[in-house]
Amino acid sequence: MDDLDAALMKLRAATDAAQEAARAVQAYSDQIAVAGHAASGGAIDPFVFRVAIFALAVFVGYYVVWSVTPALHTPLMSETNAISSVIVVGALLSVGVAAVDSGSVFARFVGFIALILASVNIFGGFLVTERMLAMYKKKG
Amino acid sequence: MNANLAALLYLIAGILFILALRGLSSPATSRQGNRFGMIGMAIAILTTLALKPPASAVSWLLIVLGLAIGGGVGVWRARTVKMTAMPQLVAMFHSLVGLAAVLVAAGALYAPDAYGIWDGEEIHPASIIEMSLGLAIGAVTFTGSVIAFLKLDGRMSGAPILLPQRHAINISLGVALVVLIALFYAAQAAIFFWLIALVSLVLGVTMIIPIGGADMPVVISMLNSYSGWAAAGIGFTLGNLALIITGALVGSSGAILSYIMCKGMNRSFVSVLLGGFGGEVAGPAVGKEVGPVKQGSADDAAFMMKNASKVIIAPGYGMAVAHAQHSLHEMADILKKNGVEVKYAIHPVAGRMPGHMNVLLAEANVPYDEVFELDDINNEFSQADVAYVIGANDVTNPAARTDRKSPIFGMPILDVAKAKTVLFVKRGMGSGYAGVDNELFFRDNTLMLFGDAKKMTDAIVKALQN
Repeated sequence: MDDLDAALMKLRAATDAAQEAARAVQAYSDQIAVAGHAASGGAIDPFVFRVAIFALAVFVGYYVVWSVTPALHTPLMSETNAISSVIVVGALLSVGVAAVDSGSVFARFVGFIALILASVNIFGGFLVTERMLAMYKKKG
Repeated sequence: MNANLAALLYLIAGILFILALRGLSSPATSRQGNRFGMIGMAIAILTTLALKPPASAVSWLLIVLGLAIGGGVGVWRARTVKMTAMPQLVAMFHSLVGLAAVLVAAGALYAPDAYGIWDGEEIHPASIIEMSLGLAIGAVTFTGSVIAFLKLDGRMSGAPILLPQRHAINISLGVALVVLIALFYAAQAAIFFWLIALVSLVLGVTMIIPIGGADMPVVISMLNSYSGWAAAGIGFTLGNLALIITGALVGSSGAILSYIMCKGMNRSFVSVLLGGFGGEVAGPAVGKEVGPVKQGSADDAAFMMKNASKVIIAPGYGMAVAHAQHSLHEMADILKKNGVEVKYAIHPVAGRMPGHMNVLLAEANVPYDEVFELDDINNEFSQADVAYVIGANDVTNPAARTDRKSPIFGMPILDVAKAKTVLFVKRGMGSGYAGVDNELFFRDNTLMLFGDAKKMTDAIVKALQN
């Protein structure tokens, strides 16, 4: 029994530590955000940051995709397919709304359909990519 | 979870997606890359659920149900799809992303509060523009991909469908779209949202139906690109970094693939979009025979290849149609046992989508280091004793080099003609998708092997074994 108690104590301590860590991470990310906000003088609209990230991501995509070997162009398409279904985050927001009026009920409905479509893509896209990639073998 | 931490987690998801694509630079690292992609997706989903927990138990139920239904269908498709049907599957996946973008945009319109784009009286004007772009591109992607799917799956003729005044129709639809977005921006009425959706859906159809079967590699890459831009548009609406980054990655990926495909055909992107090229039915040049052709049997082919020291195999769409890749690998194995060097030469636009041939050969257990791209192998044909052309035609046609009037002039080709003997596996004397005769058929060093790609290869295998 003592062992069990000791184990429970340890578990509790561990969850406390984990919670503490999570709080610390949140605090850090807040600090980063505050620092970023301060650095920009708080005057720049978040939209501009998004545009900046978008533009940089286009360039990253450009260089990364040029380095993809032509032999893997089909898996590249199924992989991009799978990751573009991260649009599921929008669907989740829509399904999660409180149904208070006809508008939100409708939003919930379309969100549900979008969630199904995106899930087909997430599971189908990653798995079919995995299946294809597993076929590529070297000599011998 | 607070919004700042969530934004950082979304950023991490985006970075994992970049690493997923980065992994594809070599088959050795590709599977790890795919796993990064899966982790990124899991992070994005869990972050969303933690940041904005669903409002009720019913919502939770719907989410579990949606994931289960969609996931089940996805797993089933991924497991059962034949490798030859991969272009159709990818087209179908594109259409789903497109439709999901439309539906998410609708969700944002009807529940703007949940998306954080409601300022108490109206939707943020900037969000209206972002939402409209995501909606319009998503809708075009949806119907365009459905048409591409039907054409690739053979449920609709691959021949271009040319509406009268089609350019005028497309331009007016485009103009209507701009006007509607402006009206939606000004009035924020749901009717404009649905009109934008309707016009875009029609535009997707009218844009893709005039494009013929042989141009499908470009179309499918282009729709890949569109699905990315649609996701980015929605990403801006939601202010979600994972979506913005992914949209940019996918958008540029599809654009690069389209560019590579266009270059592989020496055609401009605009001319592909305008359509009307590459019907399944051969053009006017058919039947105009220039001279006698030498016809051979499987035994002749087996004899030649057995006595060769180097054989280069050039596969095309015909190999995919006949499912001949396994027989081809069997043939190559026997040849290799007899001390013959065997290599595969892949033209960038062989097949119906980028990398189509590579996947089929990989499926048949052909090691990827025996498979070479056009630029890497083209000067080896002159040292080859036999070039075995199976289901390819236009990509070997010397007219692309010599005949300025030919519709395929300027297209890079596989130099199969430089091999000592060219073996052409073909069903008949018909010309390729471009509707041009191939002068190779009439050359002295060409032997035509008439028949189905798989049956002919099987017959050669049998002859080799005896």
